[in-house]
Amino acid sequence: MFQTVGKPVPRKEGRAKVTGQAKYVDDLSFPGMLHGVTVRSPVARGRIRNIEFTGDLPWDEFTIVTAKDIPGANVVALIVDDQPYLAGEMVNHTEEPVVLLAHRDKHLAEKARQAVRLDIDPLPAIFTIEESLAKEQIIWGADNVLKTFLVEKGDIESVWAEAAHIVEGEYRTGAQEQLYIETNGMIATASPDEGIAVWGSMQCPYYVHKALQKTFPLPPEKIRIIQMETGGGFGGKEEYPSILAGHAALLAWKSGKPVKMIYDRAEDMAATTKRHPSLTRIRTAVSDDGKLLGMDIEFIIDGGAYATLSSVVLSRGTIHAAGPYECPNVRIRSKAVATNAPPHGAFRGFGAPQSIFALERHMNKVARAVGLEPQEIRRRNFLHTRGATATGQVIRETVDLEKLLDRALELSFYDAKMQLFARDNVNSRIKRGIGFASFMHGAGFTGSGERYLQSVAGVEADAQGKIRILVSSTEIGQGTNTILSQIVAETLAIDYDQVNVAQPDTAEVPNSGPTVASRTCMVVGKLVESAAIGLRQTLLKADLLADDYTPAEFAAACAHYIEQFGPLKSFSQYEAPPGIYWDDDAYRGDAYGAFAWAVYVAEVSVDTVTCEIKVEDFVALQEIGRVIHPVLAAGQIEGGVAQGIGYAIFEDVVWNQGRMANAQMTNYIMPTSVDVPSIRVYFEETPYEYGPLGAKGIGELPIDGPAPAILNAIENAIGLPVNEIPLTPEKLMQALAHAEVSAVEASVA
Amino acid sequence: MKIEFRVNGVQHTVDSYPMARLLDVLREIGLTGTKEGCGEGECGACSVLMDGELVNSCLVPVLQVAGCNVLTVEGLAQNGRLHPLQEAFAQTGGAQCGICTPGMILAAAQLLERYPNPTDEQIRDGLAGNLCRCTGYQKIFDAVRQASAVMAGGS
Repeated sequence: MFQTVGKPVPRKEGRAKVTGQAKYVDDLSFPGMLHGVTVRSPVARGRIRNIEFTGDLPWDEFTIVTAKDIPGANVVALIVDDQPYLAGEMVNHTEEPVVLLAHRDKHLAEKARQAVRLDIDPLPAIFTIEESLAKEQIIWGADNVLKTFLVEKGDIESVWAEAAHIVEGEYRTGAQEQLYIETNGMIATASPDEGIAVWGSMQCPYYVHKALQKTFPLPPEKIRIIQMETGGGFGGKEEYPSILAGHAALLAWKSGKPVKMIYDRAEDMAATTKRHPSLTRIRTAVSDDGKLLGMDIEFIIDGGAYATLSSVVLSRGTIHAAGPYECPNVRIRSKAVATNAPPHGAFRGFGAPQSIFALERHMNKVARAVGLEPQEIRRRNFLHTRGATATGQVIRETVDLEKLLDRALELSFYDAKMQLFARDNVNSRIKRGIGFASFMHGAGFTGSGERYLQSVAGVEADAQGKIRILVSSTEIGQGTNTILSQIVAETLAIDYDQVNVAQPDTAEVPNSGPTVASRTCMVVGKLVESAAIGLRQTLLKADLLADDYTPAEFAAACAHYIEQFGPLKSFSQYEAPPGIYWDDDAYRGDAYGAFAWAVYVAEVSVDTVTCEIKVEDFVALQEIGRVIHPVLAAGQIEGGVAQGIGYAIFEDVVWNQGRMANAQMTNYIMPTSVDVPSIRVYFEETPYEYGPLGAKGIGELPIDGPAPAILNAIENAIGLPVNEIPLTPEKLMQALAHAEVSAVEASVA
Repeated sequence: MKIEFRVNGVQHTVDSYPMARLLDVLREIGLTGTKEGCGEGECGACSVLMDGELVNSCLVPVLQVAGCNVLTVEGLAQNGRLHPLQEAFAQTGGAQCGICTPGMILAAAQLLERYPNPTDEQIRDGLAGNLCRCTGYQKIFDAVRQASAVMAGGS
């Protein structure tokens, strides 16, 4: 029985947040601080001819940085070093940074930004996956292809002849803005002697640390990155902060003064990363009784102008493309291609929401072709324990998708509602419908990722027996501080209040890896658990503690240890669970340590006159191993579902020549309190042997299911299959009009 | 020009451009609990109460608050005791990343002022001008219901 885990203990930084005392980067101010701004390219592609500083401004008071002021390499170090901090000769996307300015007067800095004239010779640019594939212009490498993957299982060519049904479909998803409510921001101080220090809003302090080492001639220990309270990330503060931190540090380096850079909303929306748009084509061979014989999947994402994280986004999307089904013959061919849009990047789900949307729409199409109910086609193909995924990963944990499906349908009154809606829709302008999606999400880095990361986490005790957790994993609202403290309190059998998490500061904490990939609870949580066990072992071996002890005895043991031997710290480094193997070349093996499994059911209403779509009810049922904190876990699911509702029917990035035309909250619409239904969250808990106290990952899972569930429900409501999101009222209206025209043409013919 | 107004019961005189945003003025006098989310009155992160009315402080020129009483998140707790809404947001999971929280709590305070025992629909409508990207709003609704119950019990 647990003392702390599974209990809704208070969020560590909750009080600071509800009183307005929590300090975000924009709440900091340094003496003599300058304000930095960024001059960006107005064109998608071109050659920079000249930079002109116009207008009646005191230009000599400004710190001005261009590409030639960069002391080290002009690359944002990530995976492929292709993206410059500042464009030198060429610009490759709209909003690409070209000049940085800083001044002590924030308003003057903004005026000056508008007074810099970039003289750029425009070159032809490409903006869509199709244009990139057609090589209308070659804008990246030899062929515009940032990355490809091939996953093969069985022999896909063997299946088509014997198939009773061959079902084909094409599915598209749009870009999505992360829309954290706190925009990106950084403050930097820099000098050759003192080194660089950066305070900011970020998910991954050590990514920033790594990036700045290439830009400045400084040893790693002279670069210090500190995470401030961070107002949401969702992936949007995974890689982008490396750019903004670099910019602030460049201005600080040149001016010798602290420099603050805070993006306004329009700049944050237009210039920073978004979810990759995608195109998926699926061809499946199905037997008479509804068994999947073969799945041939082509998955393509638009990476934007530079490689950034597209290869890893593509990898996760590729591996999730075959879903939670067992099929003997699978081929997944995937590609990330370049366009002249600002680079797309990390966003919760990381490629999986795109490919899962395609497959879960497609499974409904397969059901119709075979003449089975959507739930029946899935039952006949679900993965089971000891079954193998598309990459050949044999599922060793207990998985019972049938049970999840049955329970989710029951909780949503699926059958009754199906019948009710079929009856009531006939004479109603408002059509109601219900639909679902079944899916999984792998926790932790893909493939060999965790082995390469070699993450380290630590715990440190003081003489009062209080524990400080040492990780670079960041609290961004999801609950890192709270759940890691719970895990350590539980492991050491001490009070939750005795445990805290150190502020992530690269001068103070080890690199526990980035705060991404649903890995903080499962992977980093396991490391802090191991470190805590190590600390207890140290006290046991020193004969300061018995096997059974009270919190007071633990505190006394810590005091004795520190008095006799000095600091009491314990660290733990990642080791793969036994039997996990991944082949990077063949792209086969154990893609993830564990998967979370889920079935989500959406109920919608569609006004066939105004084309307004409402999500009326939502059931989210998942199996995520042990639930560490019931309130935070439910909060993760509810927040992810709301973002998924936005992804499905509201959030439309309007592109105009590679530029976001609606970079405002006024016309990029995210769900408000009146747009979300009651989101009913349920957990099944099957403890995972290699997770901390049995926990798996949770953060990304809930963004995968809503879009396909909602589009399946819309099809159920109006009888029209739509395979592209976001499905805004305008787009639904077009689809309905097109369907009517097609129907008239068919009747005339 | 000099403008006088009260913030959280304390008299302030600021020397400012008349069109300076109330949001910036509040933050410059050290009250950084009021946050900027969008700067265009869409997200509500900068919500404060001006003579009891909920306003987006990014849209209010400071000139307009002359002689007014402004309440920010820093003024909610009394003698170190949290307001029932603050307690409720912390307990129910209504605050995740926390950036929308100050504005959301002030919107909720005004909602409970108007409807001490609000229906679900009144809660949704009352908070529709305050965007939250983390919670999906469910735990925020829980917080408002809990605070409403606590406040009813206390009066």
